[in-house]
Amino acid sequence: MSFVEYSDLIRDGDVAIVYLGHESMMHVKVKQGAQTQTRYGVIRHSSDLIGRRYGSKVTCSKGGWVYVLHPTPELWTVTLPHRTQILYTTDIATITMMLELKPGSVVCESGTGSGSLSHAILRSVAPTGHLHTVEFHQQRAEKAAEEFKEHGVDGLVTVRNQDVCKDGFGVSGVADAVFLDIPSPWEAVGHAKAAMKRHGGRVCSFSPCIEQVQRTCEALAEEGFEEISTLEVLLRVHDVRTVYLPLPDFGADVFAQARADGAETKPQTPVALKTTTPPREMQGHTGYLTFATKPRT
Amino acid sequence: MADNVDEDALYRIKEGDYVVLQRGDVFKAVQILPKKKVIFEKQWFFLDNAVGQLYGSTFDIVSGGTLQPRKPKDAESPADAKEAGTDNRNIQDDGKSQKLTRDDIENFKEQGLTDQEIIQQLVDNSSTFIGKTKYAQDKYIKKKKKKYENIVTILKPSCRILALMYHGREPGKICHLRYDTLAQMLTLANIHAGSKVLVFETCAGLLLGSVMERMGGYGSVIQMYPGGGPVRAGVESFGFPAHFHDTLHEFPVCHVNALLAGALDAAPEGPDSTQSDAAGGEEPKPPKTEPTSGPEEVKMETNSGADDVCDPEKEAREKRIEAKAEERKAKQEEKRRKLASAAALLEGRDADGLVIASRFHPSPVLMGLLKFLAPSRPFVVYSQYKEPLIECYTKLKEQGGTVNLRLADTWLRHYQVLPNRTHPVLLMSGGGGFLLSGTTVAADPPRPAGAQRAEEPAPKRLKVTDADG
Repeated sequence: MSFVEYSDLIRDGDVAIVYLGHESMMHVKVKQGAQTQTRYGVIRHSSDLIGRRYGSKVTCSKGGWVYVLHPTPELWTVTLPHRTQILYTTDIATITMMLELKPGSVVCESGTGSGSLSHAILRSVAPTGHLHTVEFHQQRAEKAAEEFKEHGVDGLVTVRNQDVCKDGFGVSGVADAVFLDIPSPWEAVGHAKAAMKRHGGRVCSFSPCIEQVQRTCEALAEEGFEEISTLEVLLRVHDVRTVYLPLPDFGADVFAQARADGAETKPQTPVALKTTTPPREMQGHTGYLTFATKPRT
Repeated sequence: MADNVDEDALYRIKEGDYVVLQRGDVFKAVQILPKKKVIFEKQWFFLDNAVGQLYGSTFDIVSGGTLQPRKPKDAESPADAKEAGTDNRNIQDDGKSQKLTRDDIENFKEQGLTDQEIIQQLVDNSSTFIGKTKYAQDKYIKKKKKKYENIVTILKPSCRILALMYHGREPGKICHLRYDTLAQMLTLANIHAGSKVLVFETCAGLLLGSVMERMGGYGSVIQMYPGGGPVRAGVESFGFPAHFHDTLHEFPVCHVNALLAGALDAAPEGPDSTQSDAAGGEEPKPPKTEPTSGPEEVKMETNSGADDVCDPEKEAREKRIEAKAEERKAKQEEKRRKLASAAALLEGRDADGLVIASRFHPSPVLMGLLKFLAPSRPFVVYSQYKEPLIECYTKLKEQGGTVNLRLADTWLRHYQVLPNRTHPVLLMSGGGGFLLSGTTVAADPPRPAGAQRAEEPAPKRLKVTDADG
């Protein structure tokens, strides 16, 4: 297992995703002899996981069953241990495309946070790219580095424990793309520029508040960034279901009876309709995404 | 310094390159060819002068259609007017505020005034300009710039730019797949280097090219195509290096049933398979339900499939026919070889991802192609409409073999961010299509559910995908 390469069989030391049911998943570190409790009973790693194929159905002790899935950055995002607020897949997808990430890209990111976006970046830039990620919170930085190692991607990433607004990214002139998710991104715009290739590249800043966006855009324009554009992407999940619409009873149809007197009025049955319903509540705002291009300097 | 020169060489425009022209937010993909006249945004010009310049450069279009690199940052707004009004209480729309006539402006153009000089003239001759607020002045100049500035920027193509371009120019050709939706597809399908991905699309090759870009020439992409041949017009625009094309395979969906039944003989006589009919009784046949793939599509394929056939002089007709026959034979041989190699990739039924975006009904496509995926792999289906995806969802639920099903769409909003003038952009896209995504799993229980207590690993079954038919 690795987050950047599929494998067929579950091995000791892997991270596997246990699918318990609709919208309910958890990750497990696979370890010889270990057990994991679920609401369907216990999963014994040695017999239930190791050596089995990813995607298999595993029967738990109480007779319930779960599926064991190969980890992907998207599954990791919904099961990871939160140390901070995280970015979700809808924003991540947009960021990845608009930053033009692809195998070989060199990316700078700050802050690392819980590593939700980091895993997605690593997946996209592997096997020849690199991620330089900066986290000023020491414990979070250490935890992230540890996770990258467990996930088999530590060769692709460098974690630095420093303040990006003061000390920058620790590299200069190497990045194709820079991503900022910090409270005061405008203070890091200069460092972002310095980290990027002379030839140019793309930058993105994620901010929940419009005032932050305003200041960031001003800083970007001042530093000579071009194509500054702010957007917002929201996800709408549709719930597929069958609904039944009853028909009203208008009483006996006199004309119909006059025409065909044998016909009886049948009791009206509700009409079944396969449709989707919107979720009662949805995420109305995550953050504004501001993109810009650094021209060649 | 010396290495900088080298480094720049990578970013210079070369003859034969596929590039994207940009003016404002309008894009156009073209190939750089000598003495080729290009029409873009009501202007015509030649791209010869762009050769040797850096990607991202902006050019002025001067008379005769030649491009001249724009000098870096000439003084921005022509009139940094110091005077400005506070409101518009005294501004009347009498249609007489602009003293220049159309003819005057045409004259200016003929005299060879630069766009900035023309705009300055317009400002100077507008009686109301000074009375306008600073913001209104700004807006006025911006509008005039858009009209009179004869500039074009040349960009290196990327998935982002081409997706923006197609969505803006020809949404019909890409089934109205909006760029943010495309972005979701690539991420939800976990497209990355080294995997084996199936693509079924009728989006002019945009989706295929985007998948290839994300794979960076590592792994393999199998284009499952309907009709007589794969459409890849959009793939060319990406300008991939040659080795990327070695990772690209193609397989006609009309042979899917035969392949699934193990009855595919990789030596078909013609493109129209007779054996797929014989073999595929149990399955709906996506290609057969809509055999009219559009005449222009068929034409494109013949062009891309092999080198041009239809050109030489009219005299040597016989020779041509002979050569043609020869060529056809070679082509068929090539096609057979390609089919065999794609079939070999599919036969293991161990593909790592599936993306579908087409004008066909997604349900039979999904049901047919899902069988080639290994368990625990993501798939994403796009449709411009929600209803067919509801059907897919229902079928997948009935049939099993998938988890994590989600039917969703995304909503995209752009913002204007300017000092004291920040707000959502007035016009937004009404919809970018719908996505159904999910993950495959082993189709049925790993046989007797008693064996798992044993210390040795439970029996692992490799043939997981065949039970879902």
